[in-house]
Amino acid sequence: MPLLALRSISKRFGAHRVLDDVSLAVEVGEVVAIIGRSGSGKSTLLRCINGLERPDAGTIAFAGAEFAAGSRAAKALRREIGIVFQSYNLFPHLSVERNITLGPTAGKGLSLGEAKARALKVLRMVGLEDKIAAYPGQLSGGQQQRVAIARALAMEPRLVLFDEITAALDAELIGEVVRVLETLAADGMTMVLVTHEMGFARRSADTVVFMHQGRIWEKGPPATLFNAPATAELASFIDAVLSVDPSAQRRVG
Amino acid sequence: MGRAFGTNELLYLLKAIPWTLALSLGALVGGGILGVVVAILRIAPLRPLRWLAVGYIELFQGTPVLMQLFVVYYGIAVLFNIQVPPWPAVLLAFTLYSGAFLGEIWRGSIEAIPRPQWEAAECLSLGFAKQLWYVVLPQAARISIPPTVGFMVQLIKTTSIAAIIGFVELTRAGQLMTNTTFKPMIVYPVVAALYFVICWPLSLLAQSLERRIDAALGVKKHF
Repeated sequence: MPLLALRSISKRFGAHRVLDDVSLAVEVGEVVAIIGRSGSGKSTLLRCINGLERPDAGTIAFAGAEFAAGSRAAKALRREIGIVFQSYNLFPHLSVERNITLGPTAGKGLSLGEAKARALKVLRMVGLEDKIAAYPGQLSGGQQQRVAIARALAMEPRLVLFDEITAALDAELIGEVVRVLETLAADGMTMVLVTHEMGFARRSADTVVFMHQGRIWEKGPPATLFNAPATAELASFIDAVLSVDPSAQRRVG
Repeated sequence: MGRAFGTNELLYLLKAIPWTLALSLGALVGGGILGVVVAILRIAPLRPLRWLAVGYIELFQGTPVLMQLFVVYYGIAVLFNIQVPPWPAVLLAFTLYSGAFLGEIWRGSIEAIPRPQWEAAECLSLGFAKQLWYVVLPQAARISIPPTVGFMVQLIKTTSIAAIIGFVELTRAGQLMTNTTFKPMIVYPVVAALYFVICWPLSLLAQSLERRIDAALGVKKHF
Protein backbone atom coordinates (compact mmCIF):
# COMPACT_ATOMS: atom_id res chain seq x y z
CA MET A 1 0.00 0.00 0.00
CA PRO A 2 1.49 3.34 -1.00
CA LEU A 3 1.88 6.06 1.64
CA LEU A 4 0.38 8.64 -0.70
CA ALA A 5 -1.87 8.01 -3.67
CA LEU A 6 -3.20 10.80 -5.85
CA ARG A 7 -6.04 9.79 -8.11
CA SER A 8 -7.17 11.84 -11.10
CA ILE A 9 -6.29 15.23 -9.64
CA SER A 10 -7.41 18.10 -11.88
CA LYS A 11 -7.11 21.82 -11.32
CA ARG A 12 -7.92 24.88 -13.41
CA PHE A 13 -6.99 28.50 -12.95
CA GLY A 14 -9.69 30.20 -15.00
CA ALA A 15 -9.58 28.67 -18.47
CA HIS A 16 -6.07 27.34 -17.96
CA ARG A 17 -5.90 23.66 -17.10
CA VAL A 18 -2.95 23.46 -14.69
CA LEU A 19 -3.37 19.82 -13.67
CA ASP A 20 -5.06 17.37 -15.97
CA ASP A 21 -6.00 14.01 -14.48
CA VAL A 22 -2.81 13.43 -12.52
CA SER A 23 -2.39 10.15 -10.65
CA LEU A 24 0.69 9.32 -8.66
CA ALA A 25 1.61 6.84 -5.92
CA VAL A 26 4.44 7.32 -3.45
CA GLU A 27 5.70 4.38 -1.39
CA VAL A 28 7.10 4.64 2.12
CA GLY A 29 10.76 5.67 1.90
CA GLU A 30 10.49 6.56 -1.77
CA VAL A 31 12.13 9.69 -3.17
CA VAL A 32 10.17 11.16 -6.06
CA ALA A 33 11.66 13.99 -8.10
CA ILE A 34 9.24 16.00 -10.25
CA ILE A 35 10.88 17.82 -13.14
CA GLY A 36 9.51 19.87 -16.00
CA ARG A 37 9.33 23.36 -17.47
CA SER A 38 7.90 26.22 -15.46
CA GLY A 39 4.13 26.31 -15.85
CA SER A 40 3.90 22.55 -16.26
CA GLY A 41 1.96 22.21 -13.00
CA LYS A 42 4.73 20.82 -10.76
CA SER A 43 4.35 23.26 -7.89
CA THR A 44 0.56 23.27 -8.09
CA LEU A 45 0.58 19.48 -7.77
CA LEU A 46 2.74 19.75 -4.65
CA ARG A 47 0.45 22.43 -3.17
CA CYS A 48 -2.58 20.26 -3.85
CA ILE A 49 -1.05 17.43 -1.83
CA ASN A 50 -1.11 19.40 1.41
CA GLY A 51 -4.21 21.46 0.70
CA LEU A 52 -2.66 24.86 -0.05
CA GLU A 53 -4.46 24.62 -3.38
CA ARG A 54 -7.84 23.03 -3.72
CA PRO A 55 -8.06 20.66 -6.68
CA ASP A 56 -11.28 20.75 -8.73
CA ALA A 57 -11.47 16.99 -8.88
CA GLY A 58 -9.73 13.86 -7.69
CA THR A 59 -8.96 12.09 -4.45
CA ILE A 60 -5.98 11.83 -2.14
CA ALA A 61 -5.28 8.70 -0.14
CA PHE A 62 -2.80 8.87 2.69
CA ALA A 63 -1.73 5.72 4.55
CA GLY A 64 -4.80 3.97 3.21
CA ALA A 65 -7.39 6.59 4.18
CA GLU A 66 -9.02 8.28 1.21
CA PHE A 67 -10.16 11.91 1.14
CA ALA A 68 -11.95 14.09 -1.34
CA ALA A 69 -9.35 16.59 -2.54
CA GLY A 70 -9.67 19.92 -0.77
CA SER A 71 -11.86 18.56 2.01
CA ARG A 72 -11.36 19.48 5.64
CA ALA A 73 -10.06 15.99 6.37
CA ALA A 74 -7.52 16.34 3.57
CA LYS A 75 -6.29 19.55 5.17
CA ALA A 76 -5.75 17.69 8.45
CA LEU A 77 -3.12 15.67 6.58
CA ARG A 78 -0.83 18.64 7.17
CA ARG A 79 0.00 17.17 10.54
CA GLU A 80 1.63 14.30 8.65
CA ILE A 81 3.01 16.16 5.63
CA GLY A 82 5.75 18.76 5.84
CA ILE A 83 6.61 21.28 3.14
CA VAL A 84 9.68 23.37 2.39
CA PHE A 85 9.23 26.37 0.08
CA GLN A 86 11.44 27.98 -2.53
CA SER A 87 11.56 31.26 -0.61
CA TYR A 88 12.15 29.57 2.80
CA ASN A 89 9.25 31.49 4.41
CA LEU A 90 10.88 31.51 7.82
CA PHE A 91 9.26 33.82 10.36
CA PRO A 92 11.64 36.82 10.44
CA HIS A 93 10.51 38.03 13.88
CA LEU A 94 11.27 34.71 15.60
CA SER A 95 14.60 33.11 16.49
CA VAL A 96 15.68 29.95 14.70
CA GLU A 97 14.67 27.95 17.76
CA ARG A 98 11.19 29.53 17.96
CA ASN A 99 10.70 29.10 14.20
CA ILE A 100 11.16 25.39 14.79
CA THR A 101 9.25 25.01 18.07
CA LEU A 102 6.19 27.03 16.99
CA GLY A 103 4.61 24.26 14.93
CA PRO A 104 5.12 21.45 17.47
CA THR A 105 3.85 23.59 20.38
CA ALA A 106 1.09 25.78 18.88
CA GLY A 107 0.14 23.36 16.11
CA LYS A 108 0.54 19.95 17.71
CA GLY A 109 0.28 20.68 21.43
CA LEU A 110 3.75 19.51 22.42
CA SER A 111 5.28 20.99 25.59
CA LEU A 112 7.90 23.69 25.03
CA GLY A 113 10.56 21.51 26.68
CA GLU A 114 9.93 18.62 24.32
CA ALA A 115 9.77 20.97 21.35
CA LYS A 116 13.12 22.54 22.28
CA ALA A 117 14.77 19.13 22.52
CA ARG A 118 13.36 18.35 19.10
CA ALA A 119 14.61 21.68 17.70
CA LEU A 120 18.15 20.84 18.80
CA LYS A 121 17.89 17.41 17.24
CA VAL A 122 16.69 18.64 13.84
CA LEU A 123 19.19 21.51 13.81
CA ARG A 124 21.98 18.95 14.31
CA MET A 125 20.62 17.02 11.34
CA VAL A 126 21.06 20.10 9.11
CA GLY A 127 24.32 21.11 10.79
CA LEU A 128 23.13 24.40 12.27
CA GLU A 129 22.92 23.79 16.02
CA ASP A 130 25.21 26.79 16.58
CA LYS A 131 22.60 29.09 14.96
CA ILE A 132 19.82 28.19 17.38
CA ALA A 133 19.61 31.70 18.85
CA ALA A 134 20.06 33.57 15.56
CA TYR A 135 17.31 35.33 13.61
CA PRO A 136 16.61 34.44 9.97
CA GLY A 137 17.89 37.85 8.80
CA GLN A 138 21.33 36.98 10.20
CA LEU A 139 21.67 33.80 8.12
CA SER A 140 22.71 33.14 4.51
CA GLY A 141 20.11 31.87 2.06
CA GLY A 142 21.49 28.34 2.28
CA GLN A 143 21.38 28.42 6.08
CA GLN A 144 17.82 29.77 6.04
CA GLN A 145 16.74 26.98 3.76
CA ARG A 146 18.38 24.39 6.04
CA VAL A 147 16.49 25.90 9.01
CA ALA A 148 13.29 25.66 6.96
CA ILE A 149 14.02 21.97 6.38
CA ALA A 150 14.67 21.52 10.12
CA ARG A 151 11.38 23.30 10.86
CA ALA A 152 9.49 20.87 8.63
CA LEU A 153 11.27 17.87 10.18
CA ALA A 154 10.43 18.98 13.72
CA MET A 155 6.79 18.21 12.96
CA GLU A 156 7.92 14.59 12.51
CA PRO A 157 6.16 14.29 9.16
CA ARG A 158 5.72 10.99 7.39
CA LEU A 159 6.17 12.73 4.06
CA VAL A 160 8.05 15.93 3.18
CA LEU A 161 7.35 18.03 0.09
CA PHE A 162 10.10 20.24 -1.32
CA ASP A 163 9.04 23.01 -3.72
CA GLU A 164 12.09 24.07 -5.79
CA ILE A 165 14.00 24.69 -2.62
CA THR A 166 17.32 25.51 -4.29
CA ALA A 167 15.88 27.76 -7.00
CA ALA A 168 16.33 31.01 -5.05
CA LEU A 169 19.85 30.21 -3.88
CA ASP A 170 23.18 31.46 -5.20
CA ALA A 171 25.07 28.68 -6.96
CA GLU A 172 27.67 28.31 -4.20
CA LEU A 173 24.96 27.75 -1.57
CA ILE A 174 23.06 25.02 -3.42
CA GLY A 175 25.52 22.31 -2.44
CA GLU A 176 24.95 22.56 1.32
CA VAL A 177 21.17 22.25 0.86
CA VAL A 178 21.45 19.36 -1.60
CA ARG A 179 23.72 17.52 0.86
CA VAL A 180 21.01 17.79 3.52
CA LEU A 181 18.49 16.39 1.04
CA GLU A 182 20.80 13.51 0.21
CA THR A 183 21.24 12.66 3.89
CA LEU A 184 17.47 12.66 4.38
CA ALA A 185 16.96 10.47 1.32
CA ALA A 186 19.62 8.05 2.55
CA ASP A 187 17.93 7.92 5.97
CA GLY A 188 14.75 6.65 4.37
CA MET A 189 12.59 9.79 4.51
CA THR A 190 9.68 9.73 2.08
CA MET A 191 10.14 12.79 -0.10
CA VAL A 192 8.47 14.44 -3.09
CA LEU A 193 10.58 17.16 -4.65
CA VAL A 194 9.98 19.64 -7.40
CA THR A 195 13.53 20.29 -8.47
CA HIS A 196 15.84 21.70 -11.08
CA GLU A 197 18.79 19.86 -9.55
CA MET A 198 19.12 17.18 -12.18
CA GLY A 199 22.25 15.80 -10.51
CA PHE A 200 20.34 15.27 -7.29
CA ALA A 201 17.38 13.74 -9.13
CA ARG A 202 19.69 11.34 -10.86
CA ARG A 203 21.68 10.30 -7.80
CA SER A 204 19.05 10.22 -5.07
CA ALA A 205 15.59 9.86 -6.60
CA ASP A 206 13.98 6.44 -6.86
CA THR A 207 11.47 7.77 -9.33
CA VAL A 208 11.59 10.75 -11.65
CA VAL A 209 8.35 12.27 -12.89
CA PHE A 210 8.41 14.53 -15.93
CA MET A 211 5.42 16.86 -16.08
CA HIS A 212 4.30 18.62 -19.22
CA GLN A 213 1.12 20.61 -19.89
CA GLY A 214 -0.37 19.61 -16.55
CA ARG A 215 0.11 15.89 -17.07
CA ILE A 216 2.56 13.25 -16.02
CA TRP A 217 4.26 12.86 -19.36
CA GLU A 218 6.88 10.28 -18.36
CA LYS A 219 7.72 8.46 -15.19
CA GLY A 220 10.37 5.98 -14.22
CA PRO A 221 13.75 5.37 -12.61
CA PRO A 222 16.21 8.24 -13.22
CA ALA A 223 18.61 6.19 -15.33
CA THR A 224 15.84 5.33 -17.79
CA LEU A 225 14.43 8.84 -18.05
CA PHE A 226 17.71 10.69 -18.33
CA ASN A 227 19.47 8.21 -20.62
CA ALA A 228 16.60 7.12 -22.78
CA PRO A 229 13.74 9.62 -22.76
CA ALA A 230 10.75 8.06 -24.50
CA THR A 231 9.19 11.33 -25.66
CA ALA A 232 10.48 14.25 -27.69
CA GLU A 233 9.25 16.66 -24.97
CA LEU A 234 11.44 15.11 -22.28
CA ALA A 235 14.42 14.86 -24.61
CA SER A 236 14.14 18.56 -25.48
CA PHE A 237 13.65 19.48 -21.82
CA ILE A 238 16.83 17.64 -20.84
CA ASP A 239 18.70 19.29 -23.71
CA ALA A 240 17.42 22.72 -22.63
CA VAL A 241 18.45 22.20 -19.00
CA LEU A 242 21.92 21.09 -20.04
CA SER A 243 22.47 23.96 -22.45
CA VAL A 244 21.34 26.60 -19.93
CA ASP A 245 23.45 25.21 -17.10
CA PRO A 246 26.71 23.63 -18.30
CA SER A 247 27.52 22.50 -14.75
CA ALA A 248 24.40 20.33 -14.89
CA GLN A 249 26.13 18.35 -17.62
CA ARG A 250 28.67 17.17 -15.11
CA ARG A 251 26.03 16.66 -12.44
CA VAL A 252 23.77 14.67 -14.73
CA GLY A 253 26.91 12.94 -15.97
CA MET B 1 -3.76 97.40 26.86
CA GLY B 2 -3.81 93.89 28.29
CA ARG B 3 -1.70 92.23 30.87
CA ALA B 4 1.93 91.42 30.23
CA PHE B 5 2.74 87.85 29.23
CA GLY B 6 4.64 86.66 32.29
CA THR B 7 5.17 83.55 34.41
CA ASN B 8 1.51 83.30 35.46
CA GLU B 9 0.34 83.43 31.90
CA LEU B 10 2.84 80.77 30.88
CA LEU B 11 1.73 78.61 33.85
CA TYR B 12 -1.85 78.95 32.68
CA LEU B 13 -0.89 77.52 29.31
CA LEU B 14 1.16 74.72 30.89
CA LYS B 15 -1.82 73.75 33.05
CA ALA B 16 -3.89 73.22 29.90
CA ILE B 17 -1.40 70.67 28.53
CA PRO B 18 -2.75 67.77 30.66
CA TRP B 19 -6.17 68.27 28.99
CA THR B 20 -4.63 68.08 25.55
CA LEU B 21 -2.76 64.96 26.62
CA ALA B 22 -5.82 63.42 28.29
CA LEU B 23 -7.92 64.00 25.20
CA SER B 24 -5.22 62.58 22.91
CA LEU B 25 -4.57 59.59 25.12
CA GLY B 26 -8.27 58.86 25.63
CA ALA B 27 -8.94 59.05 21.90
CA LEU B 28 -5.92 56.86 21.25
CA VAL B 29 -6.98 54.15 23.69
CA GLY B 30 -10.65 54.20 22.63
CA GLY B 31 -9.74 54.58 18.97
CA GLY B 32 -7.11 51.88 19.33
CA ILE B 33 -9.63 49.34 20.59
CA LEU B 34 -12.08 50.40 17.89
CA GLY B 35 -9.25 50.28 15.33
CA VAL B 36 -8.32 46.68 16.16
CA VAL B 37 -11.95 45.63 15.74
CA VAL B 38 -12.26 47.55 12.46
CA ALA B 39 -8.97 46.15 11.10
CA ILE B 40 -10.08 42.59 11.81
CA LEU B 41 -13.58 43.21 10.38
CA ARG B 42 -11.91 44.55 7.22
CA ILE B 43 -10.14 41.21 6.64
CA ALA B 44 -13.00 39.09 8.00
CA PRO B 45 -14.35 36.33 5.78
CA LEU B 46 -17.91 37.73 6.09
CA ARG B 47 -18.78 40.34 3.49
CA PRO B 48 -21.41 42.32 5.50
CA LEU B 49 -18.85 42.82 8.28
CA ARG B 50 -16.32 44.13 5.77
CA TRP B 51 -18.91 46.55 4.34
CA LEU B 52 -19.78 47.79 7.80
CA ALA B 53 -16.12 48.51 8.52
CA VAL B 54 -15.58 50.15 5.13
CA GLY B 55 -18.64 52.36 5.59
CA TYR B 56 -17.45 53.56 8.96
CA ILE B 57 -13.92 54.23 7.72
CA GLU B 58 -15.08 56.11 4.61
CA LEU B 59 -17.49 58.24 6.64
CA PHE B 60 -14.89 59.38 9.14
CA GLN B 61 -12.02 59.73 6.68
CA GLY B 62 -14.15 61.57 4.16
CA THR B 63 -15.57 64.29 6.41
CA PRO B 64 -13.82 67.11 8.29
CA VAL B 65 -13.11 66.32 11.92
CA LEU B 66 -14.66 69.69 12.84
CA MET B 67 -18.00 68.56 11.38
CA GLN B 68 -17.72 65.27 13.26
CA LEU B 69 -17.17 67.24 16.46
CA PHE B 70 -20.19 69.49 15.80
CA VAL B 71 -22.43 66.57 14.90
CA VAL B 72 -21.49 64.67 18.04
CA TYR B 73 -21.67 67.71 20.33
CA TYR B 74 -24.92 69.20 19.03
CA GLY B 75 -26.26 65.84 17.95
CA ILE B 76 -26.30 64.46 21.48
CA ALA B 77 -27.95 67.66 22.71
CA VAL B 78 -30.67 67.52 20.06
CA LEU B 79 -31.27 63.78 20.11
CA PHE B 80 -31.41 63.31 23.85
CA ASN B 81 -32.45 66.82 24.73
CA ILE B 82 -29.60 67.17 27.19
CA GLN B 83 -26.76 69.63 27.26
CA VAL B 84 -23.58 67.54 27.46
CA PRO B 85 -20.40 69.09 28.75
CA PRO B 86 -17.72 69.45 26.06
CA TRP B 87 -15.35 66.81 27.54
CA PRO B 88 -17.34 63.61 26.83
CA ALA B 89 -18.42 64.99 23.45
CA VAL B 90 -14.90 65.75 22.25
CA LEU B 91 -13.62 62.46 23.63
CA LEU B 92 -16.31 60.52 21.75
CA ALA B 93 -15.75 62.46 18.54
CA PHE B 94 -11.99 61.97 18.59
CA THR B 95 -12.35 58.31 19.53
CA LEU B 96 -14.54 57.68 16.48
CA TYR B 97 -12.14 59.68 14.32
CA SER B 98 -9.08 57.78 15.60
CA GLY B 99 -10.77 54.40 15.26
CA ALA B 100 -11.30 54.94 11.54
CA PHE B 101 -7.71 56.01 10.87
CA LEU B 102 -6.01 53.46 13.15
CA GLY B 103 -8.18 50.66 11.78
CA GLU B 104 -7.12 51.52 8.25
CA ILE B 105 -3.43 51.83 9.21
CA TRP B 106 -3.47 48.46 10.93
CA ARG B 107 -5.39 46.71 8.18
CA GLY B 108 -2.72 47.92 5.75
CA SER B 109 -0.01 46.57 8.06
CA ILE B 110 -1.67 43.17 8.28
CA GLU B 111 -2.13 42.99 4.52
CA ALA B 112 1.51 43.96 3.99
CA ILE B 113 2.58 40.64 5.49
CA PRO B 114 3.23 38.36 2.50
CA ARG B 115 0.75 35.56 1.85
CA PRO B 116 3.48 32.85 2.17
CA GLN B 117 3.91 33.76 5.86
CA TRP B 118 0.27 32.76 6.45
CA GLU B 119 0.82 29.63 4.37
CA ALA B 120 3.98 28.61 6.21
CA ALA B 121 2.11 28.90 9.52
CA GLU B 122 -0.85 27.00 8.06
CA CYS B 123 1.48 24.19 7.01
CA LEU B 124 2.68 23.92 10.61
CA SER B 125 -0.91 23.04 11.60
CA LEU B 126 -1.73 26.49 12.98
CA GLY B 127 -5.36 27.58 12.63
CA PHE B 128 -6.41 31.07 11.45
CA ALA B 129 -6.34 32.68 14.91
CA LYS B 130 -2.91 31.24 15.72
CA GLN B 131 -1.54 32.24 12.32
CA LEU B 132 -2.72 35.77 13.07
CA TRP B 133 -1.45 35.82 16.67
CA TYR B 134 1.97 34.16 16.37
CA VAL B 135 3.03 35.03 12.86
CA VAL B 136 1.13 37.93 11.27
CA LEU B 137 0.31 40.39 14.06
CA PRO B 138 3.84 40.62 15.52
CA GLN B 139 5.21 41.45 12.07
CA ALA B 140 2.34 43.80 11.29
CA ALA B 141 2.97 45.60 14.58
CA ARG B 142 6.56 46.29 13.55
CA ILE B 143 5.42 47.74 10.21
CA SER B 144 2.70 49.80 11.82
CA ILE B 145 4.94 51.70 14.26
CA PRO B 146 5.87 54.61 11.97
CA PRO B 147 2.36 55.32 10.64
CA THR B 148 0.81 54.82 14.08
CA VAL B 149 3.15 57.29 15.74
CA GLY B 150 2.66 59.61 12.79
CA PHE B 151 -1.05 59.47 13.42
CA MET B 152 -0.55 60.05 17.17
CA VAL B 153 1.36 63.24 16.43
CA GLN B 154 -1.37 64.25 14.00
CA LEU B 155 -4.04 63.50 16.61
CA ILE B 156 -2.36 65.60 19.34
CA LYS B 157 -2.31 68.57 16.98
CA THR B 158 -5.85 67.93 15.73
CA THR B 159 -7.28 67.98 19.26
CA SER B 160 -6.76 71.77 19.07
CA ILE B 161 -10.07 71.78 17.13
CA ALA B 162 -11.82 71.02 20.42
CA ALA B 163 -11.14 74.65 21.37
CA ILE B 164 -14.00 75.66 19.07
CA ILE B 165 -16.72 74.18 21.24
CA GLY B 166 -15.13 75.68 24.33
CA PHE B 167 -13.19 72.72 25.67
CA VAL B 168 -10.19 74.24 27.44
CA GLU B 169 -7.14 72.45 26.22
CA LEU B 170 -3.87 74.00 25.07
CA THR B 171 -5.23 75.92 22.10
CA ARG B 172 -8.33 77.21 23.93
CA ALA B 173 -6.08 78.30 26.79
CA GLY B 174 -4.02 80.19 24.22
CA GLN B 175 -7.14 81.94 22.90
CA LEU B 176 -8.15 82.93 26.43
CA MET B 177 -4.64 84.24 27.15
CA THR B 178 -4.68 86.23 23.92
CA ASN B 179 -7.97 87.81 24.96
CA THR B 180 -6.53 88.97 28.26
CA THR B 181 -3.03 89.94 27.11
CA PHE B 182 -3.75 91.11 23.54
CA LYS B 183 -0.40 89.58 22.58
CA PRO B 184 -1.21 86.93 19.96
CA MET B 185 2.27 87.11 18.51
CA ILE B 186 3.71 85.97 21.82
CA VAL B 187 0.97 83.61 22.98
CA TYR B 188 0.47 81.60 19.78
CA PRO B 189 4.16 80.95 19.07
CA VAL B 190 4.46 79.75 22.69
CA VAL B 191 1.43 77.47 22.19
CA ALA B 192 2.95 76.13 18.97
CA ALA B 193 6.26 75.53 20.73
CA LEU B 194 4.48 73.59 23.47
CA TYR B 195 2.82 71.32 20.87
CA PHE B 196 6.24 70.79 19.32
CA VAL B 197 7.75 69.85 22.69
CA ILE B 198 5.04 67.20 23.10
CA CYS B 199 5.18 65.79 19.57
CA TRP B 200 8.88 65.78 18.76
CA PRO B 201 9.95 63.26 21.44
CA LEU B 202 7.25 60.90 20.13
CA SER B 203 8.82 60.90 16.68
CA LEU B 204 12.25 60.29 18.20
CA LEU B 205 10.88 57.46 20.30
CA ALA B 206 9.34 55.81 17.24
CA GLN B 207 12.62 56.04 15.33
CA SER B 208 14.65 54.48 18.11
CA LEU B 209 12.05 51.75 18.65
CA GLU B 210 12.21 50.88 14.96
CA ARG B 211 16.02 50.80 15.00
CA ARG B 212 16.12 48.57 18.05
CA ILE B 213 13.66 46.06 16.61
CA ASP B 214 15.52 45.98 13.29
CA ALA B 215 18.85 45.46 15.05
CA ALA B 216 17.45 42.63 17.18
CA LEU B 217 16.09 40.85 14.10
CA GLY B 218 19.20 41.38 11.99
CA VAL B 219 17.30 43.43 9.40
CA LYS B 220 19.69 45.12 6.99
CA LYS B 221 18.70 48.55 5.77
CA HIS B 222 19.79 49.35 2.26
CA PHE B 223 20.00 53.08 2.66
